[in-house]
Amino acid sequence: MSPLVRARGWGWRWNARRAHAVRGLDLDVEAGERVLLLGASGAGKSTVLAGVAGLLDGGPDGTGEAEGQLLLDGVPAAEARLNAVAAGRGQARTGLLLQDPQAQTVLARVGDDVAFGLENHGVPVERIWPRVEAALADVGLDLPRDHPTARLSGGQRQRLALAGVLALEPQLLLLDEPTAMLDPEGAVRLRDVVAERLTATGAGCLLVEHRVDLWVDLVDRVVVLAPGGGVLADGPTLQVLAQRGAELAAAGVWVPGHRPVPRSREGSHGVLHQNPGAATDGRLLMALEDVAVGRRGHGAAVLSAVAAQVEAGSVTAVRGANGAGKSTLALAVAGLVPPVAGRVRAGRPLVGDPAPAPSRRRWRDRRREVAPDDPARWTPRDLVARIGSVFQDPRHQFVAQTVADELAVGPRRLGLARAEVAERVEGLLERLRLDRLARANPFTLSGGEQRRLSVATALATRPRLLVLDEPTFGQDARTWVELVELLAELRDGGTAVVAATHDVELCEALADVTWWVGDGRLRVDVPARSASGR
Amino acid sequence: MSTGLLDPGVVRPTALARANPVAKLAVALVLAFGLLLSVDIVTAGTAVVLELALLPLAGLGALAVLRRSAVLLLAAVPVAVVSALLGVDSGAVLVDLGPISVTSGSLQTGGAIGLRVVAIALPGVVLLATTDPTDLADALAQVLHLPARFVLGALAAFRVVDVLLDEWRQLGLARRARGLGGDGLLASARDVAGRAFVLLVIAVRRAAVLATAMEARGFGAGEHQGADRTWARPSRLRPGDVVVVLVGVAVTVVSTAAGVAAGTWELVIT
Repeated sequence: MSPLVRARGWGWRWNARRAHAVRGLDLDVEAGERVLLLGASGAGKSTVLAGVAGLLDGGPDGTGEAEGQLLLDGVPAAEARLNAVAAGRGQARTGLLLQDPQAQTVLARVGDDVAFGLENHGVPVERIWPRVEAALADVGLDLPRDHPTARLSGGQRQRLALAGVLALEPQLLLLDEPTAMLDPEGAVRLRDVVAERLTATGAGCLLVEHRVDLWVDLVDRVVVLAPGGGVLADGPTLQVLAQRGAELAAAGVWVPGHRPVPRSREGSHGVLHQNPGAATDGRLLMALEDVAVGRRGHGAAVLSAVAAQVEAGSVTAVRGANGAGKSTLALAVAGLVPPVAGRVRAGRPLVGDPAPAPSRRRWRDRRREVAPDDPARWTPRDLVARIGSVFQDPRHQFVAQTVADELAVGPRRLGLARAEVAERVEGLLERLRLDRLARANPFTLSGGEQRRLSVATALATRPRLLVLDEPTFGQDARTWVELVELLAELRDGGTAVVAATHDVELCEALADVTWWVGDGRLRVDVPARSASGR
Repeated sequence: MSTGLLDPGVVRPTALARANPVAKLAVALVLAFGLLLSVDIVTAGTAVVLELALLPLAGLGALAVLRRSAVLLLAAVPVAVVSALLGVDSGAVLVDLGPISVTSGSLQTGGAIGLRVVAIALPGVVLLATTDPTDLADALAQVLHLPARFVLGALAAFRVVDVLLDEWRQLGLARRARGLGGDGLLASARDVAGRAFVLLVIAVRRAAVLATAMEARGFGAGEHQGADRTWARPSRLRPGDVVVVLVGVAVTVVSTAAGVAAGTWELVIT
């Protein structure tokens, strides 16, 4: 009997790309097998999943060009998918779960969203709803059928997408970094649900994930794709991880036992640092006085009675469950959204000496000077000189056509001389390994490169305070180490860092102070080691 | 964040509110067609009065309607005022300020045009306020037999609008964080253009992922195989829906009859 999946010399090249995304792939997956697919970024892991799902159309009107064979039960994968739909039993061959929870929700109500696949497969209406209810129960979503999908958390949304996939009783689950965008609790919950369903149904899985530690107990085989094409390693999980662990870790995979270790860098490069005198005029950069934050026009504040301080040369981690108000608080600290009550007061060292007045000062600017210590009322130009912000989605903050231009935006806004701008851009390009990409469009970079660029843009104006929202979200181990090293270097140079994060390892590596948010309150936690004075 | 006007609100489930969306759509179209035939204050006025009288049947409070139709009133009032000021003069002159004059004729035209906007749009407001977009899509595909691929694609895109509104807000904050904005009108316009471009890039990317997720769950595959998709929420016309359409026709006929009886109804073909 032939295996469930059989690839022989399979390859795929997307239209408009010169290089193949995958090439020379030989792979057999038996029914019920649980396979983890690893490989450096760009090795074509997601393309393999799309191929097995039967979503790649290599025909004349297709999205690319296929070579070799990719069979599901002996039938070409795309054909197998269509046959399953036409059979009308509501049984898909494979079920695909993607990374972004937000982008996978099809319909506005929970029940309808799960029913969507069953409708497409022509299941008679009287058999749809029992299967919908069963699938929702299977993933632990105890919600009424008409619950709006807009009100789900990321973790719930991902389980909803899984329910929609499981309702079709697939023999093989295709999981494409399903937990990369979830908080730790949501990720563990999803992993547990997947494990439980695989055992209950006897289905197999093909999993792409760079956080191996979370999934290592669930899979029984690891396949490592080579970047140039073909398979680098294939075997039992522990054996492959033992043999290839170091190599995989170097490629950015989070391998258990190969925890990334940041090196300390003693500020060898001057590009990130303030002028040395700046540290002498006090340490208090910002004080939150009885602050409440929330979204305007959305009723009650999510977080209130917040009293906390930000000191120069410290790293503050803002932690707590999703929806507790971490990001909203970060926006207030960053001077982007005013608090709904209380005061965010910038200290003297953050505001600095009164800026030399630009030749043409507009009336709006003058009006804002009434509250020189309120960051939310600063002009954008003043703000960017004092506080750097790094958003969760790097793409949100890209405004230029090339990487080099992107880095120059801030310094130009400060009115720096051309030579100075160029010097800062050069320094950051080199420090963050972006020099090779200086002329590339920011939107064409990989996830890790976009993250490095977004941090670099915030540093280009040398702000005294850097605010980050989930900076390590979905990043591979290599980018993670670079970020930790960079933030440590900044802290040692006197910059204050405030980061809203779920990342326990990041907090352990860096946090001097932790702000715990939950139940509408903030608790400040200063571990003993930094109380002794750094 | 929500689009407000398009947000199915908390509505009492009356017979009209629960009518098939296609029936409600038919009412809105019949009224629109009837009222577009003539610009006169009696026909439009009668229609507005009748619609307001029927409003409680739709299960909507006056306040809810007012809130939802705020945009509409904002449009109707200036249209009426401009028509009154600049419309063709006839009848007694009421105010004369050189080129701008208000006569009883132009005042009537202005009133008629304003009322007509309200009369045509009110059923639309009720349709949107009492209809879930999903139910509308179900009805369009199953009752009117519009292509499923088109209807469901539009429905999925509609859901993404709320997500994009949130993205738009994020983009605004991010640009302030980059030091952009606050430089006057021209720079603001450039800024909006920049934001719109990024939003477009993100929307296209999002749409591609959504399309993949939908296709992986069998969307659109039936067409290749001649197999039919089923519908989890059957949508069909019931006797009550016929009554709803007949009420709509009645309102149109009565308003037109009132206009004709008053002698103000006049067919406009433009």
